[in-house]
Amino acid sequence: MALLQIAEPGQSAAPHRHRLAVGIDLGTTNSLVATVRSGQAVALADDQGRLLLPSVVHYDASGTVTVGEAARERLSDDPLNTIASAKRLIGRPLAELDPALVHYELVERHGEAAVRTAAGIKTPSEVGAEVLRVLKARAEATLGGELIGAVVTVPAYFDEAQRQATKEAARLAGLPVLRLLNEPTAAAVAYGLDHGSEGVFVVYDLGGGTFDISILRLTRGVFEVLATHGDAMLGGDDFDNVIVDWFKAQTGNAGWSTADAARLARAARSAKEALSARDDVVMQCAVADGGQRSAVLDRATFESLGKPLIDRTLSCVRQALGDAALRADEVDGVILVGGATRMPQVKRAVAQVFGREPLTNVDPDQVVAIGAAIQADQLAGNRDAGANGMLLLDVCPLSLGIETMGGLVEKIIPRNSTIPTARAQDFTTFKDGQTAISLHVLQGERELVSECRSLARFELRGIPPMVAGAARIRVTFQIDADGLLSVSAYEKSSGVQAHIEVKPTHGLGNEQITDMLREAIDSAESDAALRMLREAEVDARRLLDATEAALREDGTELLSHDEYRAIVQRMQCLADVLEQLAMDEGQQADALPRQREALQQASAALNQVTTEFAARRMDAKIRKALGGMRLDDVPC
Amino acid sequence: MSISLTPKAAAQVRKALDKRCSGLGLRLAIKTSGCSGYAYALEFADAVNDDDVLFESEGVNIVVDARSLPLLDGTQLDWTREGLNEGFRFHNPNASATCGCGESFAV
Repeated sequence: MALLQIAEPGQSAAPHRHRLAVGIDLGTTNSLVATVRSGQAVALADDQGRLLLPSVVHYDASGTVTVGEAARERLSDDPLNTIASAKRLIGRPLAELDPALVHYELVERHGEAAVRTAAGIKTPSEVGAEVLRVLKARAEATLGGELIGAVVTVPAYFDEAQRQATKEAARLAGLPVLRLLNEPTAAAVAYGLDHGSEGVFVVYDLGGGTFDISILRLTRGVFEVLATHGDAMLGGDDFDNVIVDWFKAQTGNAGWSTADAARLARAARSAKEALSARDDVVMQCAVADGGQRSAVLDRATFESLGKPLIDRTLSCVRQALGDAALRADEVDGVILVGGATRMPQVKRAVAQVFGREPLTNVDPDQVVAIGAAIQADQLAGNRDAGANGMLLLDVCPLSLGIETMGGLVEKIIPRNSTIPTARAQDFTTFKDGQTAISLHVLQGERELVSECRSLARFELRGIPPMVAGAARIRVTFQIDADGLLSVSAYEKSSGVQAHIEVKPTHGLGNEQITDMLREAIDSAESDAALRMLREAEVDARRLLDATEAALREDGTELLSHDEYRAIVQRMQCLADVLEQLAMDEGQQADALPRQREALQQASAALNQVTTEFAARRMDAKIRKALGGMRLDDVPC
Repeated sequence: MSISLTPKAAAQVRKALDKRCSGLGLRLAIKTSGCSGYAYALEFADAVNDDDVLFESEGVNIVVDARSLPLLDGTQLDWTREGLNEGFRFHNPNASATCGCGESFAV
């Protein structure tokens, strides 16, 4: 029997119409689920009152799957079958991953990294699905009904492939995704920043094993990600490790066995947590040989031990500010996310950098899930779409486009467009009688295909044969509210069409995105020169093709032998220049303008000798069209 | 005429009102819908209308509109926990049959 919750005035749902929706923070180290009940967003606990579910899944040979705390306990005795930090792998190809990143065996599956376990090969999406399944069951037990869906959070720097793979995890768990939401955006929503305040906000997220810094600009309900930075190998666990090392140094490095490691890590963690409220703590740890070791750790010592770690986060902060071209005093608010930001020295360091106290009144472990829950409540239609019901929008972090002739990228959706969005552009065929077109979908800011990231390829076939440039092919890019991309191509005269959803190919890390952006800025000038050269090349090829076709058709009829030879000679010259260019590929950037000039000269020379030929062809065409007609019949 | 809250229910309502930082109290109403004819509605009360009747129980204001009152008279609202789930439950002497979901009832 369902139990009732208090609703906002005028909004109590009709019986059986409660639309239960949750927000899920699917974290690298821990995950949690939250929902809005009686007007308040709250994180939901399991039957033992624990909010955080360790994002760890254990598989055994019999097919039994354990998730959470129980799985985490298997990390030391069965590391190969205990999958932690699957989020680091999701939607990424094996080639991009450092095998030292994880303690289990990685294999390749459908171009994506996967894990070999006793229960078979598991993709990161399948591992994520196990975590989501537990959270879904917890939410349904707590709310007494089936969920209509969830808002699942992802890091702001996740690309299409990683988002798609996260959505796949939810699908496998039987959990409809209302939308994916960027983690920093969710944190901002939890603080209610989406209604009212406009400005620049920094989200400092120090989790168990990862550090992310995001700079968001909020304008009229739209969150734009100005910059992201981070360290995928830095988190609260590293603070535990420095305590462990210190403790061993204090009490004697000898005599520790591997069996002590987990106990020691637990002791370090509780010492760290205790020091958030106290000035010193007696740290004790039993040793496998039967002894007991202890040492007193005071806050000052701990702070000096952890200082190098905090300094690493601050250098990321400075880089992110640099990328966003902002000074620390231009930031309107700082939000702390992640349990590790409870450490007083972290709060102090952040306050010092920005010259303001960070927002901390929402629990930093829960803040992302709470923001997601608020968004889920809105999307489920439980909140009226008034001032508070505004659906916030995200932006796409990198431009999306397609490859055109000459290895160039035509951007269709520019970076920082608000999503959902759809943009279309018309393209045409390059060759006479071309019946198919290959579409190559790319992500990135650079002008050249080779410098951007390939997302997908597909083909549009069945275009009726036409002269080059006559076909009208409309290519539409659509990004849905989750940031997922679908591309379609449609040839207007024949109605043929083709469509693709961007499937996981390979992903980009946080740093790669910023690197890509930086490279795009650094190389803007040479890129532009290269683009102009490539465009001149494409024009030259088109000219050669057209001349060749014309010669074939009318050459012997309209040209003298000498004229014919002159044209063929100039064509050869131009073809030679093109060939030389192909051989010089990848030369110094300063050669580009010279190369383009040579190309343009050769093209102009060919144009010059063909001008007379073109005029004669035109005359001949007109004579043919008008031949035998009376003046009165000529259409005006 | 009486409407009351159990101490546990009152504590929850006070907590919810505190967190919300606004609201006069709790509004109880009956809607003519649901699988057994009538359904309960439980909302925060931000305003009192002309045809509303006010009650007070365990320090919490309860607002009931005049049309709903005959069907709610004598009701006690309780707060219970069932496994992980917790929420309010109506103990209504007027209800002769309750639908399995507990949100809907017949007189």
